[in-house]
Amino acid sequence: MKHHLILKVITKFMVGVIVLFGLYVQFHGDYSPGGGFQAGVIIAAAFILYGIVMGLENVQKVMPIWFAQKSAAVGVLLYALTGVFSIFFGFEFLNYYAISPEHPKHGQHYGIILVELGVGITVTFVMIAIYYSFAGRTPRLDDKEW
Amino acid sequence: MDINLNFIYGHLPYWLFIILMLSGLFIVVSRGNLIKKIVGLNIFQTSVFMFYISIGKMKGGTAPILLEKSANSSAVIYSNPLPHVLILTAIVVGIATTALGLALIIKIREEYDTVEEDDIQKMDQKDLKKYNKKNVLETNS
Amino acid sequence: MASEIKQGTLELVNHLPILQVITPMLLAPLLVVLNNKTLSWLLSFLGTLACLFISFLLIQAVSDGSIITYYLGGWVPPIGIEYRIDAANAILLFLISIISVIVLIFSYTSLHAEIPEEKHTLFYSCFLLCLTGLLGVVATADIFNVFVFLEISSLSTYVLVAQGAYLDRRALSASFNYLIMGTIGATFFVIGIGYIYMATGSLNMIDIAERVSQLGDNKTIQAGFAFIVVGMGLKLAMVPLHVWLPNAYTFAPTVVTCFLAATATKVALYVLIRFVFSVFNYEDSFVNELFFLLLMPLAVIAMIAASVIAIFKQNLKKLLAYSSLAQIGYMLLGLSLMSQKGLASSLVHMVNHGFTKAALFMSLGAFVLNTKNVYIKSLRGLGKSMPFTSAAFVIGGLSLIGVPGTAGFISKWLLLEAALETGYWLVAIFIIASSLFAVIYIWKIIEVLYFSESSDSYNEVSVLTLLPISILALFCIFLGINTSFTVDVANMATEILFK
Repeated sequence: MKHHLILKVITKFMVGVIVLFGLYVQFHGDYSPGGGFQAGVIIAAAFILYGIVMGLENVQKVMPIWFAQKSAAVGVLLYALTGVFSIFFGFEFLNYYAISPEHPKHGQHYGIILVELGVGITVTFVMIAIYYSFAGRTPRLDDKEW
Repeated sequence: MDINLNFIYGHLPYWLFIILMLSGLFIVVSRGNLIKKIVGLNIFQTSVFMFYISIGKMKGGTAPILLEKSANSSAVIYSNPLPHVLILTAIVVGIATTALGLALIIKIREEYDTVEEDDIQKMDQKDLKKYNKKNVLETNS
Repeated sequence: MASEIKQGTLELVNHLPILQVITPMLLAPLLVVLNNKTLSWLLSFLGTLACLFISFLLIQAVSDGSIITYYLGGWVPPIGIEYRIDAANAILLFLISIISVIVLIFSYTSLHAEIPEEKHTLFYSCFLLCLTGLLGVVATADIFNVFVFLEISSLSTYVLVAQGAYLDRRALSASFNYLIMGTIGATFFVIGIGYIYMATGSLNMIDIAERVSQLGDNKTIQAGFAFIVVGMGLKLAMVPLHVWLPNAYTFAPTVVTCFLAATATKVALYVLIRFVFSVFNYEDSFVNELFFLLLMPLAVIAMIAASVIAIFKQNLKKLLAYSSLAQIGYMLLGLSLMSQKGLASSLVHMVNHGFTKAALFMSLGAFVLNTKNVYIKSLRGLGKSMPFTSAAFVIGGLSLIGVPGTAGFISKWLLLEAALETGYWLVAIFIIASSLFAVIYIWKIIEVLYFSESSDSYNEVSVLTLLPISILALFCIFLGINTSFTVDVANMATEILFK
């Protein structure tokens, strides 16, 4: 889709908006509808849109394959380490009160934000990795074949 | 002919669940095309999502969000959020399964050059004779 | 959780149930981030060693009949997820952990022959995820959590099986079939959970058990139970639903086959046992009829038919896979007798068969490392050139048959006793007949190993490969002589389950 000027311009504009909306859903997920799963998919959609319109090579310049793979693992680690953090302070696994024992409500708040961040990172990069592993294997189609 | 319409209408989500589930299962079993099998599997799983969501629904229930304390918030009827949460997990599992299944299909297509189960089985039968003679660990090259 | 939050009071010892599950779960992403082949082997080995240590502590803590509970996130059970360790799952945690340690020692030498080097990190990561799933299924007391962990282990298992494609492309279709069947099984299981949740409004096993006994004869619960039996039947390869198993075991890398044969099907069977005894009312006539009319005949058919098929197989991995089906029949039979002794024999057989089949598959893997061939002809004369591996294979084979002095004898004897005690003497005859078929197919291999000449001569495999094989062979003998460990824990477990 190299020659579709309108699509390219719109995409360049939309990618930023989509990522911004994804971040909104991400950070409002702890007290309103939203959260890591939804935000992750929305942010990944921005990259996938960019990849579809601008070509796989271009999106992989911004987001290399190795980065997507490792970041997905980092997200899981962030989630799990939040839980392990509580263990070190003598609380149950994933007991958010450990994060701020003096203000239990704050602890819950921070805990959910951290865990959702882990989920969000993982979902984003797993989705991108899935897209890469499928898109990288198809024979490239010419514009005329669309 | 004593069909109780109320029985059918009153359990509409369950009937839909059963129809979807059976058609999904039928597609998985009857189709030889691997992609169609995955599609059938998806329909089958989606029917379960529907089933879970329908058991959480209350008549006239709202979204289970905590309202301002000033209103009589405790008296509000809300849908049970737990099945939704459960099924969110099941949907993620379903996505992972679909992605893995499709990835396997791509690999199968690269190796066998077909996605039809019958053709793959025929080629496997040929392989069987070949592998019987050759060394297993060296057929890689 | 009330509002009075003090400083945390739990010692590290109190965290054992969760540490058991999250140790491999933490390591799996860490391996991907570090991305170093040797380091990933070392880390996963140390991780599984830690798992083994934890499971050993747990089994010591619960062997007197006590129960360890752990509330995730501090949320009290009907709301939160609870981990609950008693004798029944401690013994399985121990089995899974020790098999994973042994399999990882073996993988250090064998994996190079089967999987390209650059994939090793991801392989170990997947292996640890599979381990997490299996341990999680066993440790948890929340039925939806069971499903989630089951799918974690299953999804990583599909990937692990497909890794055999570097040697034989049929691994791909085997893995795909496993994926289709496994997912149908898991979805049936979720439907069952949905029915239970519909009827009881709870997901905690203890809580459900109370509410089920109050509900009495309830069609929804019965439908849920039927769905769960079918779903788990698919996962544990109950006979008419077993078609995925032979191919998946045959074409997977040896390491994966060892691990799966020793643990995966047992975990599915454990879930079935746990649901029958801790979630449903096992005295309920519906449950009893289902087991007597459906599962017992299927178990007997599995024992006989799979053993007969195994006799005619030339591919040794496939032969052992069919023999696994027959052994699953024994375990299912022990459960379907619905007596304390039967259940105990089933639990003991899970452990004994885990070690036995791992020893067999692993020594076969060592043969294949040398001969590069899994067909029976290739084993000619190996008894002389590879004496230690052959000896381990023979010990495993004897244990599979159930010769006195080996692990297999103990569990088969218990099963036979249980069958006679409940008055199913016909079933007892089938057990003996199936064992005789096992003699035929094991003898077929031993004959080729020791009593035929070969022009090719091979060297014995390296010490590092031999070490895990000999550990497993020693376990086969040790568990046959010293029964205090397995049988006592199993008896304790049945008492808890039959409470």
